[in-house]
Amino acid sequence: MSFRKAFGRRANGDLASAISLNRRQFLWSATGAMAGTTLFPVTRALGATAVPRAPKAVVVTFGGGARDDETFAEDGLENIPHMLNELMPRATFFTRVVNRGILGHYVATASLATGAYETFNNFAAVPPDHPTVFEYFRRDLKRPASDTWVVAPSNGFNRIGESGHKEFGQGQGAGVILPKRLLADALAGKTGDYDHLLRDNYESPMYAPALAGNEVQIHQLAEALTLSVSDFTSHAKNLASPDELSVYVAKQLMRKLAPSLVWITLHDIDIAHSGTFSLYIDGIRRSDRLCAEIWNTIQSEPEYAGRTTMFILPDFGRDSDQSAGGNGFQHHRTGDAISRTTWMMVLGPGVRENVIVDRPVESVDLVPTLGARLGFDARFSQGKPLVEVS
Amino acid sequence: MLPSQLKPEQFQAYSPLARELAVNRLPLLQQLPEAFVPFLLKEIVSLDSKFPSERAEIASQLAYLENLPVPQRDRELATFASLKLSPELQQFDWVNHPQQYLEKLSAHLWATHQMDKFRSASEEYIDNFYKAMPAPEPATHRFTAVLIGKGVTQTNYRLFRKLRRQGTYYSQVKPENGLATILETAEARAKANVAPFAHWYIDGGHAVTNSSSTLTTLSYDGLAGIRTALNARMRRAYDAHLQSEAFRTMLAQMTPADLGLHGAGGEEVMQSFAVSLLTEGSGTQVFSTTFVQWAAREALRRARPLTLVVRFTPRLRERPMNELLAAPPESNEVDPEGSLLDADMGAWYTWLNLQRLTGFAQSTCLVWFEDHTEAVALGPKMARGAQVATPIDLQELLRELA
Repeated sequence: MSFRKAFGRRANGDLASAISLNRRQFLWSATGAMAGTTLFPVTRALGATAVPRAPKAVVVTFGGGARDDETFAEDGLENIPHMLNELMPRATFFTRVVNRGILGHYVATASLATGAYETFNNFAAVPPDHPTVFEYFRRDLKRPASDTWVVAPSNGFNRIGESGHKEFGQGQGAGVILPKRLLADALAGKTGDYDHLLRDNYESPMYAPALAGNEVQIHQLAEALTLSVSDFTSHAKNLASPDELSVYVAKQLMRKLAPSLVWITLHDIDIAHSGTFSLYIDGIRRSDRLCAEIWNTIQSEPEYAGRTTMFILPDFGRDSDQSAGGNGFQHHRTGDAISRTTWMMVLGPGVRENVIVDRPVESVDLVPTLGARLGFDARFSQGKPLVEVS
Repeated sequence: MLPSQLKPEQFQAYSPLARELAVNRLPLLQQLPEAFVPFLLKEIVSLDSKFPSERAEIASQLAYLENLPVPQRDRELATFASLKLSPELQQFDWVNHPQQYLEKLSAHLWATHQMDKFRSASEEYIDNFYKAMPAPEPATHRFTAVLIGKGVTQTNYRLFRKLRRQGTYYSQVKPENGLATILETAEARAKANVAPFAHWYIDGGHAVTNSSSTLTTLSYDGLAGIRTALNARMRRAYDAHLQSEAFRTMLAQMTPADLGLHGAGGEEVMQSFAVSLLTEGSGTQVFSTTFVQWAAREALRRARPLTLVVRFTPRLRERPMNELLAAPPESNEVDPEGSLLDADMGAWYTWLNLQRLTGFAQSTCLVWFEDHTEAVALGPKMARGAQVATPIDLQELLRELA
């Protein structure tokens, strides 16, 4: 943080409102979506389609924010064809999801998973302070450990499955699968130098936390998924990116174990920290395609079809081009409105389709909303259930 | 330690100009809030290796603060004074290590939800400062040329998509002698308006100017030795599992001498600038397109040049996972098409950064798809959103732009 960087010129008025307005106008013109709050009362909408019993949920977060400019804005149209044409018509879309917490990927994703703004060091391998969604889910619904999983990039996310909260914690959360680390283990001693490939964290490429928490080892995963280590590595060798590996693992999980709560964090977009716009765009396009793949898996798997809600949201945005303290898409350091404001897409049974919700909500509202849909009480969350999709 | 406890001897480790300035302004520094002084010291501590415009700005800020009536100054800085700091911060040696202090302060402000408050206070302060003490107008209008797409034979990418709205798009530019023409224009401006660090040429590959050039020149290839030395250090840090914050501190503390550079005077200033691009910029060590964009941004922000020629060249190709698994990651293969997109965005950012300088209403900018027929020209004489489809050579286009 430098003097001039920190003391950047004042941002334009209410940027968050402008962001929301731009998204809404764009989506109206691009998809013909309707404004949810003026269309019909929420209670009537929820009454129209009953949510099936034993609901499931799949949450996909982008651990590497994507801005409107490159997604839900005129110039970004070409980067999100799957979300725009295949998912949006089936979704309720929140245009203004504000993250008021720390804009670092691990701490922000942990905040999403706890429904409370965590304040720990982004680069520390520590569990969240507040109970996670996985702990609420398992305790309140009396579910076994095999019923909820996290698939995430490697940087510190190994502690995201369960909190350090005194009433919850060890052994009560989700198993965490870190595909890149599994690949590193599977390749150990047999290959050359894969540091570049297995890079954990584009914000800080040098950090590799010690193993701890609920992280699953390669042989445990192989056993659970009846997938041999050699199958895993041979699949990996046909995939172009770590996110594709994550989605491959998630699909295996869904087919073999059919957990009721799956959390997938994609991370390829965060290559933006390298300052290469084209690679950032590649990451967005890949995430767009992978989100559609996950949705199609949900629709095609009998254990998921018709009973699963999918949530898609970036953990936060990236800096505005107009913010003098930042360097545009490259980072998320300024805390400006663009970097704090993002969107969320919700699809599934009982969720109104092709609807835009324009009121401001917060990223910590996700966990209480999951609680309302799945039937648990996120009692330590700072957020509120989103009535439009609860 | 509180600012009121500052003493002259605490600045012994500062370089000569920095020490002199800090000691001379000690009465002022002693009266400022604890969360504010380190920002000033971060700039002062490296004063000897700063550009003339930066030195002038630091002096201007100190004069601004000194001349404010005390009640008004207290009001302007009240938010900084009200920030709640941790005991660790209060005990930190921010006099000798202001950069590290600011990194810790930043983390603390995020963690304690004080960042938004700090950000607002910062913006308000800097707005007030610029209103009271505007930076000097440039001696002549600023001119920037950005060359993008070197090595690309054809593309389906719609170039200049952001810039076209701001200027005039030319589709029939004659590309012959384009680079030479642009550099000749820059050299002519340098001879007409002589000033240190006022006319720049930044190249993502080899600089094509000769030793008699009057341009301040920086090239990615020219920094190959420094990059190699730096990458070796980064590699050692990686192998030693150095933690993130320690790694950043290591980079922040790196000096030209650490990388084998021992310049003096203007050479020292440029060496310090080059090292800062590689140690503070993310991705600049690996990707030439990132380096060029960041170097242009920092040159504009810090040196405030009258002339800037920026030339993007192809960066290394980022290899997909399956390729990396199939073969070791050693490769010098480049990605011209991806680099074109990087450079197109880099040109947009260069234009935005140019607009942040004084005299921006008169500033001009030419962005040219090198060796091709497409260009966009921006400036007070250029119609916004217009298109010109008649043939024009670059010399003529530059005349129209001037």
